[in-house]
Amino acid sequence: MNRVGMEGSFAIAEAVKLADVDVVAAYPITPQTHIVERIAELVANGELNASYVPVESEHSAMSACLGSSAVGARTFTATAGQGLELMHEVLYVASSMRLPIIMVVANRALSAPLSVWGDHSDVMAVRDCGWIQIFAENVQQAYDLLICAFRIGEDPSILFPVMIHIDGFHLSHIIESLYLVEKESIGKFLPEYCHPYSLNTDHPISLGAFGPPNIYTEAKKSQDTALRATKGKILQVWREFGELTSRHYSPVESYKSEGSEVLLVTMGSFSENAMIAIDEMRDKGQKVGLVRIRLWRPFPFEEFRKSVKGAPLLIVMDRAISFGGPSGPVCSEIQAALYPLDKKPKVVSFVGGLGGRDVDAVTFQNLVNRGIEMADERFKGNLEIIEVR
Amino acid sequence: MQSVVNIGKNQITTDELLAPGHRACLGCGEALAVRLVAKALGKNVIIVNATGCIEIISSPLPYTSWKVPWIHTLFENTAAVASGIEAGIKSLKNKHKYNKETKVIAMAGDGGTADIGLQALSGALERGHDFIYICYDNEAYMNTGIQRSSSTPFGASTTTSPAGKMSIGQTTWKKNMPAIAAVHDIPYVATACPSYPFDLINKVEKAVKVKGPSYLHILSVCPTGWRTTVDTTIQLGRLAVRTGIFPLYEIEDGTYKLNVDPPQLRPVEEYIKVQGRFRHLSPDIINSIQERVTAGYAKLKKMSS
Repeated sequence: MNRVGMEGSFAIAEAVKLADVDVVAAYPITPQTHIVERIAELVANGELNASYVPVESEHSAMSACLGSSAVGARTFTATAGQGLELMHEVLYVASSMRLPIIMVVANRALSAPLSVWGDHSDVMAVRDCGWIQIFAENVQQAYDLLICAFRIGEDPSILFPVMIHIDGFHLSHIIESLYLVEKESIGKFLPEYCHPYSLNTDHPISLGAFGPPNIYTEAKKSQDTALRATKGKILQVWREFGELTSRHYSPVESYKSEGSEVLLVTMGSFSENAMIAIDEMRDKGQKVGLVRIRLWRPFPFEEFRKSVKGAPLLIVMDRAISFGGPSGPVCSEIQAALYPLDKKPKVVSFVGGLGGRDVDAVTFQNLVNRGIEMADERFKGNLEIIEVR
Repeated sequence: MQSVVNIGKNQITTDELLAPGHRACLGCGEALAVRLVAKALGKNVIIVNATGCIEIISSPLPYTSWKVPWIHTLFENTAAVASGIEAGIKSLKNKHKYNKETKVIAMAGDGGTADIGLQALSGALERGHDFIYICYDNEAYMNTGIQRSSSTPFGASTTTSPAGKMSIGQTTWKKNMPAIAAVHDIPYVATACPSYPFDLINKVEKAVKVKGPSYLHILSVCPTGWRTTVDTTIQLGRLAVRTGIFPLYEIEDGTYKLNVDPPQLRPVEEYIKVQGRFRHLSPDIINSIQERVTAGYAKLKKMSS
């Protein structure tokens, strides 16, 4: 295994090269820029044989991706924050037309005020767009999960676009050590993309006909059913990747959660600082553990319920605000997921790390302790935004 | 062997790649234009269609009128989707996974071109993709009920630029889309109208042969939105050309050429007076339109000489 030190964005570009992508259509936006710059460089140097389409907006980036994916080209793009919002309506078309475009989102806050730094406001605004959405928490995961994303999205039984979320700057701009997958070992794992219904002149088809009321509901129901059904295949692909690399991924991953009385729940790069906090609190004798959500869509209800079973208190840390809503957006999902259970834990919602603010291990310890207090206060308020000056 | 019919010295295929039975309004100039375009293009094409009249009349799920590969996604992104298709084909060809000559065609209405799709179009023309962009100009958002666009002519009454006591209707002059396309320094720009079918077909065939982007702007008479009788579509298209309101010309590598140049232009009044959308216009306003058209035509003629 080849171990190297590499910036997150460059690792993403390495995965794109390994996947021998055919088309990259992208528009530069901080903090995604290093990804597309590096890919453009690989194409310019002849290291990646792809068409790089330097479009004039993110709306056109995703639209060009629709076109290239529809003719059967393996298609990649990357964006962040405002760019993801500008793509918004096109995202729905990609998933509804079952075009397996693969996209990395360097998660970024939304204006106003303008902030180029990381949080999950952009992801949460596209939660229901019908894509498979997966969170990485370090550079190795970003690289691995992106390789797997091509295999998942393009599988003939799936055919859904996939978003890999990496926290802007925290992952896109950090240099970490990682193991690269050898070119020779990838062929069997990632076969050539072949869309069964691509646009070609031998077998003319019409894509994107409009749906009158007598058919729209059926089209949407079948799309939802198909997205929910992808989980089995995702698990299989991750299992095969684990066999290939000894690096294993699950929809929900636990850390020292066994027998915990308090479980912290995180998503994305927060998780590594949270693990340090858990270690230190465990050393002090506190029965706390961590649950990290990796697969955001389709939401892994079964796995999540299993991973928090028996814990009396969950403390959920969100990186986005649901303005005027019940709690942080991830927390709302979790509360909804747990509501049908007879024995439900208490759930406390925190929001922090907005617009690139760091949340270190000490802060995580503080918020766990504060969460325990809030639970005892019997939910006078179950949502707090942390460390507000 | 392709079956053809002879009309005068011209030949035209009997293939109908836009199948009959679609849902266009009676007398639709746009459906006629698309039918002729499809005949001229032949089968080695992939068509990208913007949201709009043509998309709606030709694709109610699970039916389609298209006998060539066709894709519709959204309203404003037609040129961008076409860019992606062209880039995809290019890349697959480089990797020896695709071996056919396929021309990419983008089609949109005037709203999808001159208004909401202008940015994507400009980007695609600037990047130099090998594709044809065709604007079917019926001079308003007809599909949603005759709302004005930047391509609606001065003085036309539409549902969002209605004529009234305080307004003459549209108060702005029609955006010059062919000129906007031409300043991107693309190899081929042309205007056409289905009232001149062989001129239209020639231009489409020429655009297919161009390497790089070409832009065709096709006037499409709309009886529903123009408030005209359904049997005057062809006549109105001819009048638009003969009055100088919609001249037929080409811009090849920056050089203008008038294709139809009548010895004497007909008065614009002949064109205006038969359309309900202009019926409120006073002689003064019609005069000011005449002045604008005369001056515009003279300028075009000078550029073409």
